[in-house]
Amino acid sequence: MFLRPRTLREALRALDGPEVRILAGGTDFYPALGERRAVGTLLDVTALPELGDIVVGPDLVRIGAGVSWTRLIQTPLPRSFDALKAAAREIGSVQIQNRATIAGNLCNASPAADGVPPLLALDAEIELLSVRGERRMPLASFIIGNRKTARRPEEMVTAVLVPRTIEGASAFLKLGARRYLVISIAMVAAILAADRNGRVSEARIAVGSCSPVARRLTTLERALVGIPLSEVAGAIRSSHLDGLSPIDDLRGTAEYRRDAAERLVARALEACTAGWLQ
Amino acid sequence: MSQPRATVRFTLNGRQAEAKAPHAARLAQVLRDEFGLTGTKIGCDAGDCGACTVLLDGEVACACLIALGQVGNGRVDTIEGLTHSSVVMRRLQESFLAHGAAQCGICTPGMLVAAMHLLERCPNPTEGEAMDAIGGVLCRCTGYRKILAAIRTATASVVREETPPAGAAVGARLRRLDGRKKVEGSDCFGADETPSECLLLRAVRSPFHRARFRFGDLDAFVAANPGIHRVLTAKDVPGVNCYGVIEAFADQPVFAVEEARFRGEAVAALVGESAAIEDVELGDFPVEWEELPALLDIDAAFGALASPIHVHRPDNVLTQGHVARGDVEAGLAGSDIVVESAFETGFIEHAYIEPEAGFARRVGDRIEVQVSTQAPYNHRDDVAKILGIAPEAVRIIPTAVGGGFGSKLDMSVQPFVALAAWHLRIPVRMVYSRAESMMASTKRHPARMRSRIGAGRDGKLVAIDFEAVFNTGAYSSWGPTVATRVPIHASGPYYVPHYRARTRAVHTNLVPAGAFRGFGVPQLTLAQEQLMDELAERLGMDALEFRILNALRADQPTVTGQVLGAGCGIRQCFETLRPHWRRRREEARQYNESAGDGRLRRGVGIAGMWYGCGNTSLPNPSTMRVGLKSDGRVALHQGAVDIGQGSNTVIAQILADALGAPVDRIDLLPPDTDLTPDCGKTSASRQTFVSGRAAELAGRRLRAEILRRANAGEEAQLSFEKSCVRICEGNHERILQLTQLPVDQYGYALCAEATFDPPTTTLDADGQGSPYAVFGFGAHLAEVEVDLELGTAKLTGLVAAHDVGRAINPMLIEGQIEGGVAQGLGMALMEEFVPGRGENLHDYLIPTAGDMPEVEAILIEDAAPAGPFGAKGIGEQALIPTAPAIFNAIYDAARVRLRRAPATPDRLRAAIKELRR
Repeated sequence: MFLRPRTLREALRALDGPEVRILAGGTDFYPALGERRAVGTLLDVTALPELGDIVVGPDLVRIGAGVSWTRLIQTPLPRSFDALKAAAREIGSVQIQNRATIAGNLCNASPAADGVPPLLALDAEIELLSVRGERRMPLASFIIGNRKTARRPEEMVTAVLVPRTIEGASAFLKLGARRYLVISIAMVAAILAADRNGRVSEARIAVGSCSPVARRLTTLERALVGIPLSEVAGAIRSSHLDGLSPIDDLRGTAEYRRDAAERLVARALEACTAGWLQ
Repeated sequence: MSQPRATVRFTLNGRQAEAKAPHAARLAQVLRDEFGLTGTKIGCDAGDCGACTVLLDGEVACACLIALGQVGNGRVDTIEGLTHSSVVMRRLQESFLAHGAAQCGICTPGMLVAAMHLLERCPNPTEGEAMDAIGGVLCRCTGYRKILAAIRTATASVVREETPPAGAAVGARLRRLDGRKKVEGSDCFGADETPSECLLLRAVRSPFHRARFRFGDLDAFVAANPGIHRVLTAKDVPGVNCYGVIEAFADQPVFAVEEARFRGEAVAALVGESAAIEDVELGDFPVEWEELPALLDIDAAFGALASPIHVHRPDNVLTQGHVARGDVEAGLAGSDIVVESAFETGFIEHAYIEPEAGFARRVGDRIEVQVSTQAPYNHRDDVAKILGIAPEAVRIIPTAVGGGFGSKLDMSVQPFVALAAWHLRIPVRMVYSRAESMMASTKRHPARMRSRIGAGRDGKLVAIDFEAVFNTGAYSSWGPTVATRVPIHASGPYYVPHYRARTRAVHTNLVPAGAFRGFGVPQLTLAQEQLMDELAERLGMDALEFRILNALRADQPTVTGQVLGAGCGIRQCFETLRPHWRRRREEARQYNESAGDGRLRRGVGIAGMWYGCGNTSLPNPSTMRVGLKSDGRVALHQGAVDIGQGSNTVIAQILADALGAPVDRIDLLPPDTDLTPDCGKTSASRQTFVSGRAAELAGRRLRAEILRRANAGEEAQLSFEKSCVRICEGNHERILQLTQLPVDQYGYALCAEATFDPPTTTLDADGQGSPYAVFGFGAHLAEVEVDLELGTAKLTGLVAAHDVGRAINPMLIEGQIEGGVAQGLGMALMEEFVPGRGENLHDYLIPTAGDMPEVEAILIEDAAPAGPFGAKGIGEQALIPTAPAIFNAIYDAARVRLRRAPATPDRLRAAIKELRR
């Protein structure tokens, strides 16, 4: 069965049934399907007008769950979102960016999801709706493992909410073995806020593809506070990456991933400080 | 809410359309199956290749990732519609043709749609913008550079093509004669035609590397699955359940019997209505598997007498190769400097964008198979044996081939669809999925090599001792060819007095390794050309000058004792690169001195190659038939399958000049074993050389016949006019009226046929003799940038010099070179197939548009007397020196030598760390 509701209410009611799968951009759904045909009930959410907007408010940026990466790239956003936009440009190809949605990237919960590190760095929250009501939770609690989320079967992610608690230069670096259409070996998103004296007032750094779920480097973030921007790169210690648990796979060894992540963290922070010092 | 069974209405190519397929069906499949819009190609069904790129509401999207139900009330535009509706598209198509930007044509529609979308918003894009626009469309043939050039100049004034006059076709940058349908998306590939009432076939394949299996109740399975007509197994093979590209080594069953020898081997096939086959749960198929201990690498397999993969090959050795000349041990002992090392390469996937596909139909007591193939006559003979019928009772009709590179020399769908259509008397088709293609089709042989090379203080090569073991997988395929070709080529294009090369092809329980552009020569060149660099360094010599000093001369014997006499342009290839070498090395040195942070370093590397065109010491004739029709047009029975390399165009150019007719008077009859004589396989860089020579001979023969009838001399000018040929000689003019001549069995007023088989000799016990009539030579200069901290290497420039004998069509040759470089780049930096892992195009990476640098191609024409107008092959040559040139450039930049390809970032970084320890 293929359902294509026109209102969120209809969609939520449909979702309250057994074995309903949500389909949005299809860029993860169809590859996972392989040669099989889709069975069961599919709930296509691409005709829901409620999911399509980005609203930039004074305290909150609300990104509708159905917003595509292309749409995000084209929308003027504060510079702390530059990392998210850079990640958007690295997702698959233009064809994929046009269709793939922000919520889809989060719900698919791949360890290599490009959107997760920058949204973790933005302290994004997830808005979930069901016929029973609304839940909000931090992204860090939403993705609970490799391809696992806290979404209940009857719930739909309706928006990604970014509280405007940090203003600063941001950067995203993705390491892959080719230029386009590539799954990252490691990636880093960073946002740096600085005070008037040129010292770090807040740092947020997230690393992807190096653990089942992308992680913030909280020890490093704390260690950077109060440091002059010019000394940021030198403050990184290998131990700051101890929370990561990279694996060996076709794309690279665990040892390499950790090593590369450390380099990328340094470079992302350099890019942020360069943004500040400009 | 929309109802599940309601039709979906949308605007398709500007018209209202209704589709009745399931709403969750992929749009790509609906466009092809319901609307016949087969210009939208399916390459991966995963958004990895972009071949199905269409416009959805004006934006580019992969049609394989869109549910039909999602396009309700929307607008979809495909290549077919845009060809008519968009001026920008038509200019772009002209530009693609003018630049040679389409080779096989399978990616072309997706590429064009993506590029058109860019040009409509941005008429004069930068290279970066053009790359971003096509970054999501993979091309395995072109190396992208001509595509980028075509996009960037599409909106400039279009240059109309002028057909070269009679006698001027050879050497002209002629557009592909079969190019129009490629850019319009109307060329017919393996999956593009479905006869009416056609059934679909799906193979049941082993999920284990090695397993015993037993079927349950197959009849009950058929009875329980309405729509499934039949299950085929080995019992249904009326002829011989065994085939192989080299008859003496044939060992591959259509369906395995009792034991599957590799993951992906077919054990049965289901045939039925498309919907039933697509819906069937293969997990319900009644087969019991018992996994057996598998031999997964050369060490485990070699001499594993306890469990041979084939009983008649108890030590798992398929075959061995050997060439010896002089006294190699004495030569090495007498060398002033000897370098030695071991090297390793993995499986490499062909990754053509067109998965294997075709259909068969029974016509009386004959079977017709329409299929994407590189070897129609071989497949005719093999299908005949499998069905137990005469070869003449089999007709193979090759479709356009969406990339082959060697793998479509082996059969894929052919035996399955032929068997099914034979038994059921209903047409049956089969289309491999991407996973199936990667799992079951042949690969480049993994190689383990060890080599010692010695030279004197004077810089002259003295001796080479080379050994290689190839993992040939579960079945023979082209393993014997690799094992015999490699020992002949391990000297590289150099004069080496003392030489020994030994090879062995060993079976394992992995996917069969077969032919892939170069038959093992790319692997050996990766080893040998790195050692040549080391030797030069130890000698304190410049790496290029060392090669020039040792370059083989036409009067020197090769390692098989052959003296070429002519057509030996390797020295010129190297010398042509000298100014580039000096300039680029100086630039890299300056960059490295000035780039203060020490992260990025540039390097320049070089490598040479040689390659014998055609089969190794074996007959490989081609026959061409040319007919002069009563209307004054010339019919060319062109049986050399064009897999994108351009034989349709090149062979017509050769014929045109041999006959003395303008090329636009020639009508091509495409390959068809009922209509075109045997032109052998599209392999071993032999079509321009061997089939081209046959076309030249046939053309000259037809010309001689015309001249004879007109009693004219050889210098006469022919003019092919409507219903007559005008023959001018000085002031004399005669007219040969064609309508007055009786037509022959083919319907021609005059007809000529010619066969060419390259003159070679057999090799003696030490591999001495003349294995090839013609050798191609070349050298590549690669410039790389290495990120020392991340271990990433980027190819930033490449200069390629190739001795092609005579450039019949320089534009197509450049296309071969650029495409070869792209595959060499993949081999060097990213490509390695691991059976059972990464059977898709997002884990197995091939270069994208953004990975290819500018390529400068320099064509050297040292004519080969045996070739048509002196021409040699180029198809495989172009790939061979790229990877070693890149590895040598990496060493120049980072001072590390990788002994294992590819140089992935983790391997390169580990080597850099090791160096600093």
